[in-house]
Amino acid sequence: MIEWAWIADHVGAIAGRLAQHIELTAIALAVGFAISLVLAIASVRVRRVRPFVIGVAGVVFTIPSLALFSALVPIIGLSLLTVEVPLVLYTLVIYVRNIVAGLESVPPDVIEAADAMGYTRNGRLARVELPLAVPLMIAGLRLASVSTIGLVTISGILGDSFGGLGFFIFERPTFATEILVGAAGSIGLAIAVDILLGRLQQRLTPWSRLDVALDVATSGRSAAQRVPEI
Amino acid sequence: MSTAERVVFEHVTKRYAGTGAGNSGAVEDLSLEIPAGKVCVLVGPSGCGKTTSLKMVNRLIEPTSGRILIGDTDVAKQDVIELRRGIGYVIQQVGLFPHQTVGENVATVPRLLGWDESRRRARAQELLELVGLDPATYADRYPAALSGGERQRVGVARALAADPPVLLMDEPFGAVDPIVRERLQNELLDLQERLAKTILFVTHDIDEAIKMGDLVAVLQVGGHLAQFGTPDEILANPASDFVARFVGADRGLKRLALARVDALQLMPPVTATTGDDAAEAHRRALADPFPYLLLLDPMRRPIGWIAPRDLPAGGVLDESLATAMSPFLRRRTTLKDALAMLVEAEVQAGIVVDGRGAAIGLVTAEMIFEWARESRPPDPAGAAQGAR
Repeated sequence: MIEWAWIADHVGAIAGRLAQHIELTAIALAVGFAISLVLAIASVRVRRVRPFVIGVAGVVFTIPSLALFSALVPIIGLSLLTVEVPLVLYTLVIYVRNIVAGLESVPPDVIEAADAMGYTRNGRLARVELPLAVPLMIAGLRLASVSTIGLVTISGILGDSFGGLGFFIFERPTFATEILVGAAGSIGLAIAVDILLGRLQQRLTPWSRLDVALDVATSGRSAAQRVPEI
Repeated sequence: MSTAERVVFEHVTKRYAGTGAGNSGAVEDLSLEIPAGKVCVLVGPSGCGKTTSLKMVNRLIEPTSGRILIGDTDVAKQDVIELRRGIGYVIQQVGLFPHQTVGENVATVPRLLGWDESRRRARAQELLELVGLDPATYADRYPAALSGGERQRVGVARALAADPPVLLMDEPFGAVDPIVRERLQNELLDLQERLAKTILFVTHDIDEAIKMGDLVAVLQVGGHLAQFGTPDEILANPASDFVARFVGADRGLKRLALARVDALQLMPPVTATTGDDAAEAHRRALADPFPYLLLLDPMRRPIGWIAPRDLPAGGVLDESLATAMSPFLRRRTTLKDALAMLVEAEVQAGIVVDGRGAAIGLVTAEMIFEWARESRPPDPAGAAQGAR
């Protein structure tokens, strides 16, 4: 059923599309994270901002992706932006919720100690709160990466210049081998990225590996167990 | 490591919005002066404003009115960040930074002050040694790998890092078990003997207040200062019914924990050494109001008591005659511990021994009771006792 010969003939094209898939995903994840970090910090510092940020990000998330990709074409034409704007928008709700939850998972006694030691507000954010929010931020990054990799596949609807591995799904809807390459490639990429990010978290947070002991340290409240609730 | 500054509260009041005086955490017209190098314990029931008072010193809470001086400087006139970097702070939950190693935690304030890496490391090592943690073992561990007592020691080391003249401690030993708490209390007292910092220490436990404080401020709900004095003054002459109830009906017994055996005029025992003439010893024993004979070895170390009826009429004394023993006390034993030992003893007299174990005198329960009656410090108001 699978035509291996076709795959063998197209190794170069597949690798190129894989690279495009990774590139489109990485841009969206990076830009989305930068915007979300600002929005999340604002939400934590200014209580009134928060329902607005979460609400808007949540509404955007409910727009079907096919519709959003298509709707942007008449407005901003067909460019990298047409793909990236929806991708970035979809990451916001995931990131913001997780970053806010991460910042709020910092135990109050740690905040009090930081203030009493003479940290400035920004110093405390940079040296204490953000590092302690890393586990939940990476949890958000993992979710956002899986979601974005899927959406890049769908962006193949915009034509041959986009879609990453999704290109193969949309090119010839009757050719099973090509569709399989596109689908399995996207899934494989999502799984691989998720595993790599899991490793990254362990690297970045050597202090949280003593999970049981940490529960005691933060008076029974494990950051990892807290579900983002907004 | 010997800087210290006095801390002065001048008519400090803190009211919370929407509530009048007398509410939880409020402080009403508090005036106190804590001399440099002294430990002042703020003690009282929950809601009495003791933690509020403490947090107004480093401006985690700003007073509604009044002012607080460190040395001669009004804390409200200082830059708040600079002020806090110059004050040590220890809390019950410790608040160690979980993502930093013990060494980094201890060096927090030095890093904020811009010390270079090698100086910070050296300082962290010095402090860990000071609080009894081996730097080689602990400096690179994360807080999650420490026990409660170890965490609290790291918390104290972190507070001392920049050698602050003033240390604030909010129920620092409230979350550890009683055995560890007692050890940490003793370590802090030892440390304080060397460092002589000005320490404000908050607790709700009157026993801890009496043990740790050079001075004790008893606060009443609503943030009123009920009494301020030495632990002995507060136990001997409570200023009000509230203070009397707060320190407890056993305050007389608690006072005994503040005095030591060397405060007493020791009673000389009738002694004899092994090999002495029995008849002569018998005569001397009967002449004394306390007719038991204490048998000593040639080094004057006690062997035991010989009851009058067991004293032979002739011959020499030997060890087999000594059938009863009583507890040994040291000059540094507290009167409370001495009394506890006497309650259980066969013979109602404790033998005070010196460092080599030689007997130097006796202590009886009556002597301790007499001390308690005679040594009461003068009551400055004269009213507290008379009023009741």
